Amino acid sequence: MSETSDQKKTRPQGRRLLLTLAGVALGMFGFGFALVPLYDIFCEVTGIRLIDNGRVSASEVQFEPTDEERWVTVHFDAAVDRGLPWEFGPSEKFMKVKVGEVSETLYLAQNQSSEAVIGHAVPSVAPAQASIYFAKTECFCFTQQRLEAGESQEMPVRFVIDPALPKNTKVLTLSYRFYKYDEESGTLAKADRS
Amino acid sequence: MSTAETTHHDQDDHHDHGPAKGLSRWVFTTNHKDIGTLYLLFSLAMFFVGGAMALVIRAELFQPGLQVVEPDFFNQMTTMHALVMIFGAVMPAFVGLANWLVPMMVGAPDMALPRMNNWSFWILPFAFAMLLSTLFMESGGPAAGWTLYPPLSLQGGDSFAFVIFAIHLMGLSSIMGAINIVATILNMRAPKMNLLRMPLFVWTWLITAFLLIMVMPVLAGAVTMLLTDRYFGTSFFNAAGGGDPVMFQHIFWFFGHPEVYIMILPAFGIVSEIIPTFARKPLFGYVSMVYATASIAFLSFIVWAHHMFTTGMPLGGELFFMYATMVIAVPTGVKVFNWVATMWKGSMTFETPMLFAVGFVILFTIGGFSGLMLAIVPADFQYHDTYFVVAHFHYVLVTGAVFSIMAAAYYWLPKWTGNMYSETLGKWHFWLSVVTVNLLFFPQHFLGLAGMPRRIPDYSVQFAEFNMWSSIGGFAFGLTQLIFLYIVLKASFGKRTEQLPDRVWEGAKGLEWTVATPAPYHTFDEAPDFRDEDVAHGDVAH
Repeated sequence: MSETSDQKKTRPQGRRLLLTLAGVALGMFGFGFALVPLYDIFCEVTGIRLIDNGRVSASEVQFEPTDEERWVTVHFDAAVDRGLPWEFGPSEKFMKVKVGEVSETLYLAQNQSSEAVIGHAVPSVAPAQASIYFAKTECFCFTQQRLEAGESQEMPVRFVIDPALPKNTKVLTLSYRFYKYDEESGTLAKADRS
Repeated sequence: MSTAETTHHDQDDHHDHGPAKGLSRWVFTTNHKDIGTLYLLFSLAMFFVGGAMALVIRAELFQPGLQVVEPDFFNQMTTMHALVMIFGAVMPAFVGLANWLVPMMVGAPDMALPRMNNWSFWILPFAFAMLLSTLFMESGGPAAGWTLYPPLSLQGGDSFAFVIFAIHLMGLSSIMGAINIVATILNMRAPKMNLLRMPLFVWTWLITAFLLIMVMPVLAGAVTMLLTDRYFGTSFFNAAGGGDPVMFQHIFWFFGHPEVYIMILPAFGIVSEIIPTFARKPLFGYVSMVYATASIAFLSFIVWAHHMFTTGMPLGGELFFMYATMVIAVPTGVKVFNWVATMWKGSMTFETPMLFAVGFVILFTIGGFSGLMLAIVPADFQYHDTYFVVAHFHYVLVTGAVFSIMAAAYYWLPKWTGNMYSETLGKWHFWLSVVTVNLLFFPQHFLGLAGMPRRIPDYSVQFAEFNMWSSIGGFAFGLTQLIFLYIVLKASFGKRTEQLPDRVWEGAKGLEWTVATPAPYHTFDEAPDFRDEDVAHGDVAH
């Protein structure tokens, strides 16, 4: 920028500024959308990705052996999306679990409608920082679940907690939310609005 | 784009003609003073609309239990009050001041893009007509808070689409206004007006305009994603489809935190104009003020997640955002100390603009301190979403931004209208405002610390007393603003009794005080010549 500018810059200069600023505005509109993948990439690159709900096969569960015996409490939580006519909940609310050993619990689901419905559960672990230490070797959330009209089903979860779990974590919550699977669109249906 | 307004030579009667007559003057105007007036009047109207909504909230919270309105309508009021006050009252007021003052302060005949200027304003009434019309729709107005967090915001009625498009229009208006201001400041300055001779109000607006251009499109993107999630089957924020609701908060606050500085940086500029005038001293540390403003603007981009400490961030993230947030107190402190140093040993007088400016410095600083408390991660887990947050942002927005706008109105009203306001009424307005606003918001700190959540129409009985005080303060503050309305209308439409001097205030510096009072319809058709001491508040050596 010149130290003393003229009262009126020549038109091309003014137009260039206008186009630049409008371009910045348009670019930032795109940047807003780009933030969606950028946050993921950022977490990947910096290694602060916390959420890991993938499947772990039993053979993969190999931990450093530790001498000390450590127990934590796992709290089981369940919710059903508004669009799914199911009753769903854990068979036990709390469980004392030995770290490094495979444990198993059951969730119970019942289809309360008069037709068959397919559901799909999405898991999450709290505190989020602990989710990478919570390995599920078997989970009903890996596949879709089909329940006939009025049918009930027991759904097992097998999991193991990595002994590397930070010492200050004494309670973990495993939470599932069941969504209705829409066969036509092949996606999870959204909750009915109001 | 018209050429008639931006160049001089093609219309020979250009220097003579005054405003057109009747309504078309206002609808088709490209004059920066007319558009500034429109913005300011619109903002004043919205200030009372938003204020009426606040009184509904305070009436419901006067006593525990549900008395006055349904909970859903209460939620609509909290949401609409925020949207109307932020996008309808505070931001248009600052744009109106920029329209009036920036061309006059830099010695330009008008804004750089006058036709677009007309558009920027006239979009707003339509945007707010759309937004306010949702209150009369079957599903009611938006009720999920002005932050529009999904999934809640996506579960309301179909009036949601109107809210989204209203926000799009407001963003469009802001971006166009901001581009205009940047173009005016960078291209239209008088020959001698180099960047470090610019008044601080112009500097703060230049930086604010860049913030607007950077972040308003991000908000537009965020609400567009809400729109497609709701109506077009996308899953940006829908967990069932693999999206993440927390992602919305990240994108929203990437806009939202710079937005709060958009609402305070022009206030810093106004106060930096007024305090030197009435302290009769140059502004202390002019250059440091410029750099402090730029630093605050830069920092505003890297602190957004301090609004989200309780969402479950990694510890490293919490520490980063905590310290980055606290660093903002350094340039802000520079500003506050500079204002105090400007007043130090000045020949101070306390006309109404100065009272509001000094009130701003003290009360805004209180809001800044409660902001620092909120920045502390472990404390924030306690304060998050309580009335402490409400008290904090009302101290920075009401006794901060709104007080500065009122100071500006009193300070430049004589230049705009040619009438001096009544100093007695002005003082009444200030003192009643300052007492009632503290009665209104100070008890909310204690309510928040004691655990009263925000955005809830009912509360436990132990909060009753403070809420009652706060509601009394709220109604008193609201009624006090009618004095302001009367003063502004009287100055604008009252009969002119005396001819005020060009330099209305004894110690005022700046090119706007070199033109006649009231300011003629066209000013600075020829670029002005001036001496350093006519403009610079600062003791800058050129």
